Amino acid sequence: MSPTQSDSIAFVRSEMLPQKPAPVSEAGAIRWLRENLFSSPLNTLLTLIGAYVVYWLVTHSLPWLSHSVWTAGSVSECRQIITDTWGADATGACWAVIRERWSQFIFGFYPWQMVWRPVLAFVLLLVAIAPVLFSALPRKMLTFSLIYPLLAIWLLWGGSAWTELVVLAGFVLGWATYVALSKGSTLIAVIAAVLVPILWWKFAAAPTTEVLQNVISLSIPKVSSSDFGGFLLAVTLGVGGIVMSLPLGIVLALGRQSDMFLVKSLSVGFIEFIRGVPLITLLFVASLLLNYFLPPGTNFDIILRVMILVTLFAAAYIAEVIRGGLAALPRGQYEAADALGLDYWKAQRLIILPQALKISIPGIVSTFIGMFKDTTLVVFVGLFDPLKGVPDFVRADFNWKGIYWEPFIFTGAIFFIFNFSMSRYSMYLERKLQRDHH
Amino acid sequence: MAEPHFQREIDRSHMMVSDEVAIQISQMNKWYGTFHVLREIDLTVNRGERIVIAGPSGSGKSTLIRCINRLEEHQSGQIIVDGTELTSDLKNIDKVRSEVGMVFQHFNLFPHLTILENLTLAPIWVRKTPKKEADETAMYFLEKVKIPEQAQKYPGQLSGGQQQRVAIARSLCMKPRIMLFDEPTSALDPEMIKEVLDTMIELAEEGMTMLCVTHEMGFAQAVANRVIFMDQGQIVEQNNPHDFFNNPQSDRTKMFLSQILGH
Ligand SMILES: Nc1ncnc2c1ncn2[C@@H]1O[C@H](COP(=O)(O)OP(=O)(O)OP(=O)(O)O)[C@@H](O)[C@H]1O
Ligand SMILES: [Mg+2]
Repeated sequence: MSPTQSDSIAFVRSEMLPQKPAPVSEAGAIRWLRENLFSSPLNTLLTLIGAYVVYWLVTHSLPWLSHSVWTAGSVSECRQIITDTWGADATGACWAVIRERWSQFIFGFYPWQMVWRPVLAFVLLLVAIAPVLFSALPRKMLTFSLIYPLLAIWLLWGGSAWTELVVLAGFVLGWATYVALSKGSTLIAVIAAVLVPILWWKFAAAPTTEVLQNVISLSIPKVSSSDFGGFLLAVTLGVGGIVMSLPLGIVLALGRQSDMFLVKSLSVGFIEFIRGVPLITLLFVASLLLNYFLPPGTNFDIILRVMILVTLFAAAYIAEVIRGGLAALPRGQYEAADALGLDYWKAQRLIILPQALKISIPGIVSTFIGMFKDTTLVVFVGLFDPLKGVPDFVRADFNWKGIYWEPFIFTGAIFFIFNFSMSRYSMYLERKLQRDHH
Repeated sequence: MAEPHFQREIDRSHMMVSDEVAIQISQMNKWYGTFHVLREIDLTVNRGERIVIAGPSGSGKSTLIRCINRLEEHQSGQIIVDGTELTSDLKNIDKVRSEVGMVFQHFNLFPHLTILENLTLAPIWVRKTPKKEADETAMYFLEKVKIPEQAQKYPGQLSGGQQQRVAIARSLCMKPRIMLFDEPTSALDPEMIKEVLDTMIELAEEGMTMLCVTHEMGFAQAVANRVIFMDQGQIVEQNNPHDFFNNPQSDRTKMFLSQILGH
């Protein structure tokens, strides 16, 4: 059983060596510490500085956090309780303001007896995005995802459900047109499928709605956009922006790559213009200038206006992110698709975009996160965002005058939960696609 | 003269060149900007021919066969494939592409789709074949290239040789009448070259019309009925393999052969 054939210089291993356990210095906590925290003088120094920073942060915030007051009617009452309990120069957090006013942080001025509607809309939102986010769920659920936006609009703003149903009918018409014509030229089918619904919405929708509403009333009380506020506003703008900016961003990215001069120039011009202008400017455009361009008397909802501008803004960035993904694909993918006889749209849809989007996921999600946070800028056009609009309103109450940290922390924490979830989801998706494809 | 390294007997019973013209190229020219990459190409390929195109790097071999399925556009002259002239008319281009299969040096499989999906994609979306039928056809060709067990894997999980055989099967699923190969074995390790060449030989044995850019001279001698030598964008010499290798006419051909065959 000797591992080498003796008597000869040539060596042939006849038996493989078994694995041995690693020495103690190569395993466990000690090794981890040495490798990660103290591997070099510089690393040791950084570890010590880091430890000091953590120490400083904790010692400075811990007393304030541990002296939390949850029940009080005003800032002064809070101060009183803190002084009484922890001494004259103790500082403490006054969470009572959140406890008293959380509904405004979440829903703004949405009529309280109707708050079930946004809550229901949010729950249904989770149902609607679940099949989009997780491919293991039944594909049939996507049908609900498709009609969800109109359902949410109806729930949030109320009014006659016929409005949304007639809009939906427009989409169905477009789809039916496409199916009917797709046997022939794809281009004609696509154009007709776009034109028919537009004509429907422009000319037939309003009278149809009126007639139907008179036959059967499907109304719930209306809620005005000016009553929206807090996270209801942020999530409405954020979700609307995300849902609309992704397809628009894809179209812009493809347009920028197009061989057609006009399409390309328009895409490039749009992207560069939007990226060159601060979002605030666009929001002012939404609140003020759009009125000049619209026919007098049209009452174009402020949230819708802002949502459109936020969408355009995000779409320009997403287009550039996706362009990076498209550029990263080898030319061979396009050539193979061409050689197999796939036309431009099929090649894009089946071969190019799935791969380009996969590469772009981190950038796209970053854009979404940025956009969601940017929704707080709507405070500048008079809407009640959860970061400044609502807290300012709360502070306008004499009882809560001068309370700053607590609303910031509360709002920040909720934003963090949303954005951290998006970030984790993006990492999950990247890992999943990585696993699937290799 | 190097010996062909195909030891196996090649079945020539179905390798028949018919009188029917499959590809007709006449006085075709192509430029990249001001660079005249293909010059006055005249080439007629009959159905059932197996043509090997050889030549030094940059001589325009790839460009020539890529013109045949319009991956590159020619600027003057005529290319007629199966009776359809290639012009800017998209209908004609689609028609030609559905008749002509192409295999690339770097396989160009779709990495986000399984092997089976790679094979069924074009039949389903271009030919509108029902999925079940497309799956069956795909499995048939996977058996043919001897990797049916890989159907559910992704391209990244296969060896280079396996990927190239999948690429060949993917083209075959469209039931092409002509197959183009652009250096199908140049990106492969030596031990994988043979499995791909074997697949190509089988295809030739079944009478497929093939145009193949390759440096595998053994394959050319064993399978081709005609070898075309290109240099500087022109067809310099063409002949049957025996005469091409043993009795080259032009000096360029002689020089090329001496380099490639190591004399
Ligand atoms: N897209 C392009 N733009 C400009 N020049 C090109 C382009 N593609 C190829 N060329 C040039 O055209 C010439 C012919 O290229 P081609 O790829 O057809 O050569 P080849 O014979 O296939 O060479 P190889 O054996 O290296 O593959 C080369 O000089 C190449 O540099
Ligand atoms: Mg080449």
